[in-house]
Amino acid sequence: MSVMSQDVKVVAPAATTREALRLFAERRRSFWVVLSLAVLFTTWEIAGRIPISFAFPTFLDTLAAFFEMVGDGTMIRAFFLTLQPLVLGVAVSALLGITLGIVMGLSDRVEWLLAPVFIVLQAAPMAALVPLVTFVYGIGLVAKTLAVIMLALPVIVLNSYKAVRHVNPSLVDMCRSFQGTRRQQIFKIIIPDAAPVLFAGLRLGVAAGFIGVMLAELLITPTGIGDLITYHRSVANYAHMYAAVAAIIAASTVTLALLQWFETNVMRPEKRRS
Amino acid sequence: MTVNALAKEDFDPASVVTHDPVVRVEAISKHYGSVEALRSIDLQFERGKLTTLLGPSGCGKTTLLKIIAGLVPATSGQIIVNGRAVTGPGPERAFVFQDFALMPWATVLRNVGFGLELKGMAAAERNRIARRYIEEVGLQGFEDKYPHELSGGMRQRVGIARAFAVNADVLLLDEPFSAVDEQNRRKFQEDLLRLVEMERKTFIFVTHSIEEAVYVSDRIVLLSPRPGRVSNIIDPRIDRTANPDDIRRDPGYLDVVEEIWQGLRHYAE
Repeated sequence: MSVMSQDVKVVAPAATTREALRLFAERRRSFWVVLSLAVLFTTWEIAGRIPISFAFPTFLDTLAAFFEMVGDGTMIRAFFLTLQPLVLGVAVSALLGITLGIVMGLSDRVEWLLAPVFIVLQAAPMAALVPLVTFVYGIGLVAKTLAVIMLALPVIVLNSYKAVRHVNPSLVDMCRSFQGTRRQQIFKIIIPDAAPVLFAGLRLGVAAGFIGVMLAELLITPTGIGDLITYHRSVANYAHMYAAVAAIIAASTVTLALLQWFETNVMRPEKRRS
Repeated sequence: MTVNALAKEDFDPASVVTHDPVVRVEAISKHYGSVEALRSIDLQFERGKLTTLLGPSGCGKTTLLKIIAGLVPATSGQIIVNGRAVTGPGPERAFVFQDFALMPWATVLRNVGFGLELKGMAAAERNRIARRYIEEVGLQGFEDKYPHELSGGMRQRVGIARAFAVNADVLLLDEPFSAVDEQNRRKFQEDLLRLVEMERKTFIFVTHSIEEAVYVSDRIVLLSPRPGRVSNIIDPRIDRTANPDDIRRDPGYLDVVEEIWQGLRHYAE
């Protein structure tokens, strides 16, 4: 009898938990995001335990190394250093890139003048140009910021240009038919209609900026996250090295997700309701 | 005349009497490169009437409407509105677009008031006017909706309200109901007649539907294609005091539809 009642006690909460989980999975997208990450981290953990390489730490070791580095402040200091050229470079690229792209979209002459430069820049393997930047600008913040700009600017310019060129011509005609000035046409029709593609370009630009700052920190001078990666690799502290790599990937992912959220919730209120 | 099978032997556009023309189209020609879209069009549009430009595709009816609107430049000839030659869009004309041309990021209220917003009118004033026309086209309650939340028919009502809101003398409608389904089209045509009655404005309407043209128009201008020319002008003289269903069964209405069809069937493939 006592055994029976014990069994019932164990089964009942399990059933409700399963039920709750099923409901949660049906209703929330976040469940699938969590599941996807769980699969990734479990695979990582198993691969680390096999181990596939002596230089490949387990997920849990990496996580422990991450918290250790956050605890002793090295991670925070590293991010502080990495974010300087990144934020600076992305800000310059966004302002300059969107402005240039819009002007190129509005004027054929400016397009003919500038488009070839940015198409070449986008096609160029930028890592090969980093030594040139170092040669001219040394190894300081300017060189690193420049590396970020070199990667982020072309993609932002070319996307902004395309965004303006794909504005609905009927809306532009509509603005003209109500005697809108050129200025009103640009600010009330062209830019709002181009905003989704402008923003997509900005997201790609930010992603490219992360690549740029990592290239700079690995190829110019080891500072910030790049220094953590280089240093821990050199002393065979692989868990710490992977923690630094994972941290910068996480930072990049979160930034892009925030941009996406900003776009749907602030830039385009009508998207939220659909 | 033998080249132009659609034109009646004795037809001369200049012989058609037009009192108090608000828009005059004088010797308008349009070439797109080597393609001749319109050849020497002469037309007059009477104030307060609804005139339809009707013709098969390729006859340049939309091009002509956009030239009148000032959205497309003519190769030669001139457009005279209220006695003055015009070269671009002006406040005395308002355009209703085939694809609605609504700003997807703006609410119905802002879309309807957009023409006034461009003129620099204060928000309170333009919203008051916009609300009035939203009600007139039967969209009250939808002021804060976005275009994607509306059906095709409702979207075009927004486009029509926007054109009314700027209080232009002439409304130019480019196949406004072509993206609207058949049931709504009929309702729309009836609503359009009601609005014509209420607003006392001049309407220039482009369509490729013969029934629609005969049902709504005071005058129909038939255009023939390649290049676009005026081939006939017909005044349907339908008694619009009758109820809509009777009009659609009226022998006079059906005769005009048939007459136009006989003239146009030549162009059907």
